[in-house]
Amino acid sequence: MTSEAPVAEPQPVQRAAESAAGGSDALAGAGEATPRTLGAGVAIRGLAHAFGGLRVIERLDLTVEPGEVLGIVGPSGCGKSTLLELVSGLRAPQAGTIEVEGAASPAERLARCAYMPQRDLLLPWLAAIDNAALALRNRGASRAEARRVAHPLFERFGLAGFERSRPAELSGGMRQRIAFLRTLLAGKPVLLLDEPFASLDAITRAEMQEWLAEALATESRTAVLVTHDVEEALYVSDRVTVLSARPASPVAELAAPEPRALPRLDAVTSQGFTSARERALAALSGGAR
Amino acid sequence: MRRWLPPLAIVLALLCAWELAARLDVIADALKLEPFLVPSPSEIAQALWQDRGLLTDNAWVTLQEVLAGFALSVAAGVSFAIVLHLSPTLRRAFYPLLVASQTVPIVVVAPILVVWFGFGIGPKLAIIALICFFPITVNTLDGLGSVDPDLVKMMRTLDASRWQTFLRVEGPSALPYFFSGAKIAVAVAVIGAVFGEWAGSSSGLGHLIQEASAQLQTERTFAAVFVLSALAIALFALLAALERRIAWWGPNGTRS
Repeated sequence: MTSEAPVAEPQPVQRAAESAAGGSDALAGAGEATPRTLGAGVAIRGLAHAFGGLRVIERLDLTVEPGEVLGIVGPSGCGKSTLLELVSGLRAPQAGTIEVEGAASPAERLARCAYMPQRDLLLPWLAAIDNAALALRNRGASRAEARRVAHPLFERFGLAGFERSRPAELSGGMRQRIAFLRTLLAGKPVLLLDEPFASLDAITRAEMQEWLAEALATESRTAVLVTHDVEEALYVSDRVTVLSARPASPVAELAAPEPRALPRLDAVTSQGFTSARERALAALSGGAR
Repeated sequence: MRRWLPPLAIVLALLCAWELAARLDVIADALKLEPFLVPSPSEIAQALWQDRGLLTDNAWVTLQEVLAGFALSVAAGVSFAIVLHLSPTLRRAFYPLLVASQTVPIVVVAPILVVWFGFGIGPKLAIIALICFFPITVNTLDGLGSVDPDLVKMMRTLDASRWQTFLRVEGPSALPYFFSGAKIAVAVAVIGAVFGEWAGSSSGLGHLIQEASAQLQTERTFAAVFVLSALAIALFALLAALERRIAWWGPNGTRS
């Protein structure tokens, strides 16, 4: 049951003091507000990929600066999800190179990328906090240790009091936030977000975009946000790349409209935002032709 | 309570009809039998009470066989399913054999097993384990195989080893499937025990049924059959209750 429980929806992200519990290797990098040093970001050169005869990505060059949030928009089915799977190292590309923090092999990229899929994929048999701390457990932390590290993030991201809830008891928005925490707690320098809010209703979606923009601002990690929602990309990211229809290649690039960090409603109705959105939509429909 | 009313009413109505038919010798006349060969429910109830010592002793023997045989096949079936799941090659190699094991008529094998293992508990365990093995293995294997591939992918991005993915994702996903298989297995395990006892034994409900029917003690036969069914139903209910508690995220769980 994924009922939309009338629980408190996004509270502003608290920029609370960090309580990064150091210690074992398993916990390294997890729960830190800012990674120690921002690495080299992501560099994609001449990427191409096909499934059988279906060319999904062709001649794709992309760069993500360290600490930057890059939004990628494109028509449905243009290969955005495949692109993220290729970057994360879950899939090996057929042509071209991908470097994440300077590492090129799929296994090395897998160790440097945290991937947040479209569906929350929470494990129904684990409590919310144990779902969030899954990566820590996989790296050998005890349950108590993992919970100790995850706990402060529940407070910071407006999930306090829901640590022990089962996923089935939570609303779609809260489940998605726990999935995001799970991605953060993987402790990787690069976050790959694949349409994280596609399954949410319009109101929750708007609230979650505001929440994510703040969360990414406090975390300052390198991130790639893939979405088919132009407004979402423009609001959450620092820079937006518009991809063409399949086979995907970049057709336009837009800087995030100024001023940044406004409440969502003020931001999306501002002059700069509306004109950026129009340009993105024009590029999208041009690319689809 | 309301849930139990319809089945209870049906059972009561059937018992009444049977009682009436037996008392008026309708069935015996129709089948051209002596009336004592067609006992009424009240006579069977009487036999249940009079033979309670005999029935309990023999039920205890059968219960031990069923529990030991079932435990054996849970251990073997789950381990086998895990091995086949982890190795696609072994899976391809053994799957036809697994299906073939189920096509062997147990009734035919039972006497051979008695010849090999003697009149003790050995052949009964072998027969029960053989019957239970298939539903447990196949269901567990299906459960392990039906895990959402996106979950496995997600575990890879979260630095999980093969074993951790098995422990944290595949195992829990397969648990409700295992219980489905185990519930089928425990119900047929009782039948297996009867076959085993028929092939050669000196005690147990199956032995009692064989002996009583040879001596035309039909009420005792019915009483033993009644106890046997009650045993199977109780074991099934026990497993169903366990499933609700342990695999609570499954379709039959307390919170799904």
